[in-house]
Formats: sequence, structure tokens, C-alpha cells
Amino acid sequence: MSKFLLPLFAFLLLVGMFVIGLTKDPSRIPSPLLGNPAPEYALPSLQDPDVLVGSADFAGQVALVNIWATWCPGCRQEHGFLMELAAENAVPIFGLNWRDNRPDALQWLRNLGNPYETSAFDADGRVGIDWGAYGAPETFLVDKNGMVVHKHIAPLTREIWERDFVPLIEQLEGGE
Amino acid sequence: MKKLILALLSGALIFGNAWAIDVGQSFDDPELQARYEKIIEEVRCLKCQNQSIKDSNAFLASDLRREIRHLLEEGKTDDEIYDFLVARYGDFALYRPRPSGRTLILWIAPMIFLLFGAFAVWRVTRRRMRLPIDDEPMDGS
Amino acid sequence: MIPEIGHFALIIALALALCQGVLPLIGAHRGDATLMSVARTSAQGQFIFVVISFACLTWAFVQSDFSVEYVANHSQLALPTVYKISAVWGAHEGSLLLWILIMSAWTVAVGRYSKKLPPEFSARVIGVLGLLSVGFLLFTLLTSNPFLRLAVIPPDGADLNPLLQDPGLAIHPPLLYVGYVGFSVAFAFAIAAMLTGNLDQKWAKWTRPWTTVAWLFLTIGIALGSWWAYYELGWGGWWFWDPVENASFMPWLMGTALIHSLAVTEKRGLFKSWTLLLAISAFSLSLLGTFLVRSGILVSVHAFATDPARGFFILAFLGIVIIGALVLYAIRAPELDSNAGFKLVSRETFLLLNNIFLVIAAAIVFYGTLMPLLYDVMGVGKISIGPPWFEFAMLLPMLPLALLLGVGMHAAWRAQPEGVLLRKLRIPALIAVAIGIALPGIAYGRTGILVSVGVAAGIWIMLSSLLDPWRSWRREAGATAMPRSALGMSVAHFGVGLFVLGITIVSAFNIETDQAMRTGGAVEVAGYSFELRELRDAEGPNYQAIEGRVEIRRDEALVGEVLPQKRQYLVQQNWMTEAGISAGWNRDLFIALGDQLGNNTWSVRVQYKPLIRFIWLGAFIMALGGLIAISDRRYRSAA
Repeated sequence: MSKFLLPLFAFLLLVGMFVIGLTKDPSRIPSPLLGNPAPEYALPSLQDPDVLVGSADFAGQVALVNIWATWCPGCRQEHGFLMELAAENAVPIFGLNWRDNRPDALQWLRNLGNPYETSAFDADGRVGIDWGAYGAPETFLVDKNGMVVHKHIAPLTREIWERDFVPLIEQLEGGE
Repeated sequence: MKKLILALLSGALIFGNAWAIDVGQSFDDPELQARYEKIIEEVRCLKCQNQSIKDSNAFLASDLRREIRHLLEEGKTDDEIYDFLVARYGDFALYRPRPSGRTLILWIAPMIFLLFGAFAVWRVTRRRMRLPIDDEPMDGS
Repeated sequence: MIPEIGHFALIIALALALCQGVLPLIGAHRGDATLMSVARTSAQGQFIFVVISFACLTWAFVQSDFSVEYVANHSQLALPTVYKISAVWGAHEGSLLLWILIMSAWTVAVGRYSKKLPPEFSARVIGVLGLLSVGFLLFTLLTSNPFLRLAVIPPDGADLNPLLQDPGLAIHPPLLYVGYVGFSVAFAFAIAAMLTGNLDQKWAKWTRPWTTVAWLFLTIGIALGSWWAYYELGWGGWWFWDPVENASFMPWLMGTALIHSLAVTEKRGLFKSWTLLLAISAFSLSLLGTFLVRSGILVSVHAFATDPARGFFILAFLGIVIIGALVLYAIRAPELDSNAGFKLVSRETFLLLNNIFLVIAAAIVFYGTLMPLLYDVMGVGKISIGPPWFEFAMLLPMLPLALLLGVGMHAAWRAQPEGVLLRKLRIPALIAVAIGIALPGIAYGRTGILVSVGVAAGIWIMLSSLLDPWRSWRREAGATAMPRSALGMSVAHFGVGLFVLGITIVSAFNIETDQAMRTGGAVEVAGYSFELRELRDAEGPNYQAIEGRVEIRRDEALVGEVLPQKRQYLVQQNWMTEAGISAGWNRDLFIALGDQLGNNTWSVRVQYKPLIRFIWLGAFIMALGGLIAISDRRYRSAA
């Protein structure tokens, strides 16, 4: 009797796996940057090509690095929330303008507002690759020691912020 | 009309979904070219999920191809190039999972299946060898 | 009005399916002839109403009734009529209706051709099929109704996905579904046997032709899909180990194992519980395939528009069906043992090996398709399993299978006398080895161990399959005229050999190159010269294109002319690459336009693909073999 029950048990395990699997999103890819130092970079700023901005700007503080572009609909979606965050002064936001067009990007910030302390202009995507970017918008939380603590892909919303980012930020600011 | 089509095609260069083609040869050195072509077949285009960066026209794919060309020119080995990609995008970036603690099981699994199979064959034939073979044949082959 | 009729017909079909599912099973349990006879009539009734429903949906498409949401999403006024019809099954909701139609048709066929079976048995078979239909009808009506109306009627539709506007892809789903759904018949036969408590050699004889028909359609469906991908997707590949493809390949592998296992059960009454498990698995994998491609749980280049809510429904349905079957199996299987034996060298052993290797192959595909999901679920991160892994892993069971195939089909039942096989097969074996060693170098200029082994295996199978038919045809001493089932087997195996040969050669010697070309320029590949003579604009009913004219020459003589296109479909704005293919029995020359690089300079991908047609030809010959086999008269005689 026992060996004939094996197919049934195997199948039940499979169903269990599927049930869990249905609740997940197969297109999300976890980042190997988590727990590692944030990639260093220095790029011309979006506003002024003669000025260099980059990872040096947020050294020593808890910061958000947000990868954005004008061709990305999700970035448009989350921009309003980023403006709110900037107004609340919770955590400084540093922008990485990825594979974009300078005039368009500047116009965008003029029209919609600029939540970023600085925006680096990554024309050829080299820095984007270092951050493992593949689907904007992407937002990274970096701690005071420059380690990447959290990554969020897809537009940032108030709920996700409260659920995923706020607890971590409290930890990072409070502790040490 | 032709201008419109040409304009559309230029747009398609960035967002189109045909496979990607670099202009003719990328390297003069045939060995580097061969390594390049092999590597880009093995790297997944993460925006497209199930295409290699060789076959994809997404800009991420062409960016990655460009990076790989640079790395090859700098003299990096194939492994160093794969390491570069995995450090940024994770194991998922490679079509062929690389041997490591986690992925070792992937490469061993088929052998394990074969072992199970061999065991099953052995048990069944051993048992049946000892049983009588003089039963009534059913009609037909 | 018509869509409402279609919707209503579907509801009636559900009611009839419920009758068909419940009443005969009760009847069989009680021995009540009246209840059992409900089976056939309700199956016929369900079929009529499903046909009405399907016809209504087709009508809505042909009339471009954009008030129906499904039509508006997948059609367009300018769409050629033939594709308006194939658009009916071009997306999730409609393809489900197609599935239901095919299932209903199979059920009516079972009703028609099962008159000589014991009534409780056929009542149970039809009853099980009815319950399955209920599941699909419920799923469609509750979550995937193709007849939903739009409040605001758009002036034109969103067009059918351009990839689907192709004759090959128009008939690929129907053929595939005939196969998938056909395995439900074997499944129903298995359940009926378990409910009846009786599984014997006669049962195997009844089940076999149904399984073979389903199998042969699945073979054609998969081959067609592969061929379509080759000429339509523009990359020259013919199999990508994509989850949707794997979802069709797994039932095929199990189905093949099932056919062979049924042979043993029919002949010797052996492997009964194993055959039962295979019959359950083949259809379970069909259901699993449906689940994988419609639930969004896996990422695929060609999955349906996905929705986890639907995924849960399918999973629940799949769960109930398969758990039910496996519980029955756990109860009944222990009773099914027999005391028949066979010697180590015997056809039974070869068929056992066949089954083991095919099941291992299915397990490998299963594993490779689902491992990424498992890793993700366990939180271990994402891993990647792509063609390189599949190709390596599949070689492990398939190569031994190929080699053993040549011997197994000649082995005698029960005990193979010594020496006979060696005498019969040594010449084909030697010829195969010789060709394996010589062909790669002579025909393609390169050698390698794996290539030679592959070529030898392919030729070996082909020669070995031809032995018996050849002898029978020449009426050699001791050989009798071959019954059709044996001839079918030989033909099918010959197809396998062709297939193996094709894959080996094209994998080893395929040449692919990207070149920048200007009008008037030429490139050389594999001894052919390709000249881009001109580029011009072209138009179709719902697209605009740039078309190149490429002349192909060999040794100065014109060998062919192809017209590769880059098309833009007007409504959806996607770009499609239509390859120009110069086909030949021994090679394809595949040309496709890439990107425009400057004034009149284009990047062009040119491919030389030797023996690639053998792959699909081999598959079609396999299916032909199946067709020949079931035409054997013993399947038409009384039980």
C-alpha cells in the first residue's frame, strides 16, 4: 500500500508549491547588491554637465537612490510620491537618470518638480549596469556605511514605503 | 512614405522586438569574436526574461553586449565576465547556471534520475526473471 | 443577440455536462441501465450546444462585432477573414471554448465507438469525461467568458497579435488540443477501470487506439508549433525550452511511454499499475500545462495573458481531478499484480527501458521548467535554467534510448533466443557506424565524437526500422505479411531515426552570421552567395513592410530568391520579422532583415541549416506510423 501512495504525496507537495508560487511575481529578480557596498560612481549632473555628482554625495547618511527616466511610465507614476517624500524630508533622494535624453529629463523635472538632491546623468547606461538595473523605476536604500540594504523595483507608493522602508530606516537611523 | 518608414524604423531600433545585430564583426581577432558570440548567447536579457542578449533588441541587451566587449578587450577571462554579470544581476542572468553550492544540484539532478531509473529496472527484471513465462498469449501481436 | 445565444448555449452545455457526469456514474454503480444510457445522449446534447456556442463566437468575429469585448481585443476590420476565424482561439477565453469543443467531440466519438464495451464501463468513461467538461465549462463561464459585452463599442478592434496571423499558427492550437484533450480519454479509461475494479488485457486493448490517436495529433501539433516558430519568429530557432513548449512536451513523452506500456499490458497482462499511473500522468500533465500557461506563475515569451485569480481556479480543478485519480490509484493498484515473467533479454525488458528513459526525460523537462519556481518559493533566490541545461540533461536518457530502440523492436516476447538479434542486426549496425564516422567529415567538413554518435544512432534506427517491412515485402523465408500495427510501429520508428539525424546534423553544422549589407552587396556563407538586389516598400492588408530581394547562388547558378521583410502592423504597432527561407530537402537557407544601419545598409542575418527539415518530417512520419497502426483491423473487432 505504501509505495502506491507516493504519487499522491508527491502531487500534494507540488500543489503546495504552486499555491505559494501563485502569490509571487516571477518577474521580480532579487538583487545580489543587497548586503553589499553600493557601487561607486561619479557622473555629470543632469543640470550641469561640468559638475560631477555620485555616490560621494550620500556617503555617511541613510539615503535613497532612485533610478528614473522620462521614457518609463512607472517613473511618472511614482514621481508624485517622491515629491511628497522630498517635502517630508525623511530621507534624501539621489537620482540616477538612466539612458535618457537631457533636454527631456530637465523639462520633466521642471514640469513635475525635482525631488532629488542631485541627479546624475547616465547617458550610456554604464552605471545602471553596475546597480543591476533592468526595469525602471528602481529604488535602493543605502545605509550610513554605504551598504545597500533594500531594493524596490516598480513604482514606489505610500504603502510600500510604510511597509518596507520605514522600519528599516528607523533601524538604521536609530541604531549604531 | 519611405521617410515615414525610415523614421519608424529608427524608433524601432530602440524599442523594436526583432533580435539584435551588431554590425558585422565586432572584433578583428577571431578568437575574441568567437568568445564574444558564445558569451552573449549565454547571458539572459533580463528585460525580456526568456531571450539571450544576443537575440534581444532591448537597449539593456545592447548595453550589456557593449560591456562584454569592453571586458573582453581589457583581457578578462570568460569566468571573470560571468562573475561581473552575476555580481550585478545574480545567477539568473546566466542561461547556464554555474556550478556552485546551490546550482550544483541542477547539474546532478539528471544523474540522480538515471540512478533511480537503473534501480527500478534492476528490481523489476530481477523479479520477473524468476517468474514463469508460459502464460496464454492474447490474440494479436 | 448572437453572443447572448452563444452564452446561453454554453450554460445549457454545462447543465448537460452535469447530467453526463453524474447520472451515468451513479447508474454504473447501481447497475441501472436507464441512468447509464443517459451518458451517450447527454454527451451528444452537450456537443450540439457547445457547437452552437462556438459558432456564435465565430460569427461575432466574422461579423466584426466589437461590442463583444473578446472580439474587440483580438480582431480588427482589416483582418483577413481566415484570421478572424482563427482569432476565435487566439487568446485565453476563446481557446478554452475550443478546448471544450474538442473535449465534447472526443466524448461523442467515444460514445460512438464504444458500443461493444460493457455498458458499466463505457458509462463510467463518458461520465468521467462529463465531469471534466463540467470543470472546464465552469471555469469558462465563471472566470473567462468570451461573450462579455462592452458598454462602449469601439469603432475598430485592437487587432490579433501579428504573430498569430499565420496559417501554421492558426491550426496549431486545434491540433495540439486534440492531443491534449485526447489523453483525457485514456485518463477516463483508467478511472473507469479503477472504479470497476477490473483492469485486464482487454482493457489495454480498448485503451490503446484512443491513446494512439491522441498521441499522433499531439505529435503533429508540437511539430507544427516548432516549424511555425522557426519560420515566423525570425531567429531560425526551432525549440527554445520555453515553459509553454515544455508544457506540451511532457504529456507527449508520457503519452509515448503509455503507448508502449499498453503494449506490454495487452500482450502479457504486465505493468498494469504502471500503465494506470502513466494514463493518469499524461492527462495530468496536459492539465498542468494549461495551468502553467494561463496562471502567470511562470514567465514565458508566449504565455497567455495571465491572471493569478484564474490560476487558483485551475489549480483547484487540477487538484481535485488528480488527487481523486491518485487516491483511486492508491486503493486499486495493489490488487493489480500478476505472476507473469520475462527473461532479461526480452521485448518486455526493452519496453521497460523505453518507459524508464521516457519518464526520466519527462522528469528532466518537469524539473527544468519548475525548478526556478521552487527556488523562488523557497526563498533561495532566482536561478536560471535555459537551453544549455536542457540540452545537456536530455542527452542522458535520449541517447541510450535511441541506441536501444534499434534493438528493442526486434526482440521477442518473454525470452529472446541467443544470437538471433546479433545476426539480424549486425549489418545495419555496421552500416550505421560507418556512416556515422564518414558522413560528418565528407558532407560537412568537420568531425566530432558526439556528431558521429548522433548520426550513427539516427541511421541505425532508420535501418533497423526498415528491416521487417523490407523482409515482409520481399517475402523472405519465415517472414509473413506485416499486420498494420507492426507496420505502423516500423514507420513511426523510422520517423524517430530521421528526427535524430536531423537534430544531430543541424545542431552540429548550422552556420549563423550577421552581416552588414548594402543593396548590390553580397555575402558568402557555406558555399552559397547571397546578394541583396533591392529593397522596396511592400504592403499587406493590415501592415506595411520593407522588403528585401535576395538572390542566392551556388557556383554561379541561381539557386533561389527570397523576400525577407520587416513588417509593421498598423494597429498594434509591433514590428515583425518575416524571414526569407529557401528550403531544400537537405538544407534551409534562412535570411532575415535586422536593423537599418544607414543609407541603404542593413544588417542581415544569414543562416545555413543542414537537414533541418528532417526534424519535422521525422515527426510527421512518426504520426503517420501511429495512423497506420490504428487502422489495424483488430481494433475494429469485438472485444
